[in-house]
Amino acid sequence: MLATSRNFTAAAQAGLANDNLQRALGLARTGFPLRRRLAVERLPEFEALREAGRAIKDHTLQYLDFYIEFYESQVVASGGKVHWARTPAEACAAVLQICRSVGAKIVTKGKSMVAEEIGLNDFLEANGITPVETDLGEYIIQLRHEPPSHIIAPAIHLVKEQVAETFRAEHRSLDAGRPLIEPRQMCDEARAMLRPRFLAADVGITGANFLVAETGSSIVVTNEGNGDLTQVLPRVHIVVTSIEKVVPTFEDAATLLRLLARSATGQEFSTYTTISTGPRREADLDGPEEYHVVLLDNGRSGMIGTDFQDMLRCIRCSACMSHCPVYAAVGGHAYGWVYPGPMGAVLTPGLIGIEEAGHLPNASTFCGRCESVCPVKIPLPKMMRHWREREHAKKLSPTVYRKGLSVWAWVARRPALYHALAGTAARALGWAGQGHGRFRALPLAAGWTTVRDMPSPEGRSFHSLWAQYKKRGSAR
Amino acid sequence: MSETRERILGGIRNSLSRGHLEPRKEAELRARLTAPPRNLVPARATALDDRQRVELFVAMAGEVQATVTRVSSLTAVPEAVARHLAAENLPAELVMTLDRDLYAIPWDSWPLLRIRRGRAEAQDRVSFTPCHAAIAETGTLMLISGAQSPTTLNFLPETHIVLVRSDQVVATYEDGWDRLRAVQGTEGLPRTVNFITGPSRTADIEQRIELGAHGPRRLHIVLVEDELDGGK
Amino acid sequence: MHVALFVTCLVDLFRPTVGFAAIKLLEQAGCRVEVPRGQTCCGQPAYNSGDQANAKAIALQVFDAFAGYDSVVAPSGSCAGMLRVHYPELFANDPENLPRAQELAERSWELISFLTDVCCVEGVAAHWERRVTYHDACSGLRELGIKRQPRQLLASVSGLSLDEAPGAEVCCGFGGTFCIKYPEISDKMVTDKAADIVATDADAVLAGDLGCLLNIAGKLCRQGQQIEARHVAEVLAGMTAEVAPIGAPR
Repeated sequence: MLATSRNFTAAAQAGLANDNLQRALGLARTGFPLRRRLAVERLPEFEALREAGRAIKDHTLQYLDFYIEFYESQVVASGGKVHWARTPAEACAAVLQICRSVGAKIVTKGKSMVAEEIGLNDFLEANGITPVETDLGEYIIQLRHEPPSHIIAPAIHLVKEQVAETFRAEHRSLDAGRPLIEPRQMCDEARAMLRPRFLAADVGITGANFLVAETGSSIVVTNEGNGDLTQVLPRVHIVVTSIEKVVPTFEDAATLLRLLARSATGQEFSTYTTISTGPRREADLDGPEEYHVVLLDNGRSGMIGTDFQDMLRCIRCSACMSHCPVYAAVGGHAYGWVYPGPMGAVLTPGLIGIEEAGHLPNASTFCGRCESVCPVKIPLPKMMRHWREREHAKKLSPTVYRKGLSVWAWVARRPALYHALAGTAARALGWAGQGHGRFRALPLAAGWTTVRDMPSPEGRSFHSLWAQYKKRGSAR
Repeated sequence: MSETRERILGGIRNSLSRGHLEPRKEAELRARLTAPPRNLVPARATALDDRQRVELFVAMAGEVQATVTRVSSLTAVPEAVARHLAAENLPAELVMTLDRDLYAIPWDSWPLLRIRRGRAEAQDRVSFTPCHAAIAETGTLMLISGAQSPTTLNFLPETHIVLVRSDQVVATYEDGWDRLRAVQGTEGLPRTVNFITGPSRTADIEQRIELGAHGPRRLHIVLVEDELDGGK
Repeated sequence: MHVALFVTCLVDLFRPTVGFAAIKLLEQAGCRVEVPRGQTCCGQPAYNSGDQANAKAIALQVFDAFAGYDSVVAPSGSCAGMLRVHYPELFANDPENLPRAQELAERSWELISFLTDVCCVEGVAAHWERRVTYHDACSGLRELGIKRQPRQLLASVSGLSLDEAPGAEVCCGFGGTFCIKYPEISDKMVTDKAADIVATDADAVLAGDLGCLLNIAGKLCRQGQQIEARHVAEVLAGMTAEVAPIGAPR
């Protein structure tokens, strides 16, 4: 997928000015956090599970080479095949080669962020293969030729009227007299349109939430059942996934699954958790005849051992973005690449470069809400700060900003001068603002005063008052 | 392709600042895979007796919009199924698995039910399957694929009816998985293990939860409680 | 107990009354308070901008200025969080200075949590006839776990009642340099915050961090809302009569 993260500021402004987007985000702003909180409150062990989840992922990353090799050997033992890919191009090529080997025309797809990362749909289309997204949200945005704006709710940026418009424009068989007012009607419409596609597909592509080394299994979690129809009906099942998804055992996956749904949607458990191991067995009456895993690296192995290793613990639950006030303000498209919100602000610079994605780790107040809800305790603000350090070291941040900062720091390192300047500033601003108690405009502070007033200082700095108090025994 | 594999694995080892694992460490990790330790398991379902566990399962399944009919023996299953179909205004037609358990049910006692055994086809409206286990923790059904148990039955029809015997109700996912390990032995895992928690749903449009996105719109559980009621 | 007050740069410049309120509360709790002259800022603007060199230089200055006191107390969760949480991270790879950072971290506190958690203050003798709502500033809430403490002390203020806003724990959009770098996003966040506050029946909003308060008060003033904004210490110290609300005419 082509990145537009450089344009974050302009895209954010556009998002803020988009009424439909703001309406849609308004629904999400309170919904996800409330549902998560209720689910967490019902499970007394939730905090301890977060710690256990963190430990499982850390353990796996420490021995990732071993676990991936073991995983591969188990996939092969169960009759499947693993295709290794260092880059998006290699991953796409592997998928295409499998599709071509069975003469595939139509490919159904379960929602996969790795498939987004490698730009699989565009690639398949360019090669004469029709990819059909089957997750309702993904299907809607595929019709609209938009990227997902959220990793578990890809069409969260839309209101239902926009979905209805899209179906009316794209579904030629749709009777103009049929009402499409409520989500129920739109779900039924999509179900009816997609069912024949499921049945006609030659290849089904899903992602994986986890890969189990012990058994060589892939685990896919959905609520719709689209991931299951995608893998059980076609002749070939391809799992497009990445190396950090591996966990040692089913028991380890179970712990992470207990965290995943509660963190993502506030469900106790997702509707469908499907564990797939190899192709159909000889006597089976259904299931794919071939089972392939395309295993992507794309820079992940290089994150191990760096300040950003903890990011590889991410289980893609989306709690960080669903709780992020910046995401809630601008929506996911502003981030300009596959992964939005706090996890995207850390991951994206690692995958496409800080030069391209520099805005993302900067557009945070470090409010820490993301880290506080992360099911595997990823220190997201800390890693955003690490990106800012790299940006500062490479002098990528705006010159005027760096200059201002160094002047301020120079003064802050000289207490006597600092106190003199603060005393003067407090007096001057206090005097100028004494009438109204606030400023509606201030030179050099337009970023502040265009949208809010600047409260006026009281008129004396604390340190000057304190010095006076110590001398005379009275501060005022 | 194998060159790519070596470069990725080499890259990981390089990032970890080491070569291949020492044999002793590798043996330790293999042991962990051979005898997987359990992590923290919530106490919600583990501290219950048999009856309480069944009640928890029923309550949790209800929370996710599965419906439950409780019967006292397999003999009562055909009537329970037929009544459910009639109440939901569904045709008295079932497609079901070839599992031995289901042959033991006296379907003849309800002659109006038409039954086919095999995988699901596009036009099938109601399926009937057994389960491998039922998990009290979250009201989850655990189904496994096999020569007698096609997976399409779990997803294609709009209504999925699942037979659960009360002695199949276990506390946790781990308990269900242990049962699978015990049964499968050396044959290895089935192609698919489906954990199913309620009927299909989506909240992709304005986060409004709608049932029946792509999978079944209805999930009905027929719970047979003969073992418990038999005073065992 | 011998306590050093970390005034914080915003209190120094904008709202000295908060500093005096902090001293009054600390003295009421039996502390002997001093204000080290060698302090300026905790260095957070540099730290959060990725400028580790300046952040470290300022931190070393803080180590010197605050050496020898039993405790260091700041009327700000943000600055206290810098001392308690971030200095040890800043010097994580500096074995020479890490012990100093850790030693300072262990004796550094945010004012309200110091009063309740260390001095075991259970109430204050203040009166304020207001219905208030409380904004949980992010660093205090999530880095230092401050949630119960200010509510406990406010409950002892006679005449005062608390009306919780649903989004009390959501960031106000200040974020230090964030509000200058991304003013439109910051505006949206503080607009939402103001709406949450207005939706309560409160006639005052309180918080423990002046940065948030300047932002929230500035937005409420711009909207023409008649809701006063104050630092919680002013209320607990019974000093509301001595200074107009933040952003209000004197």
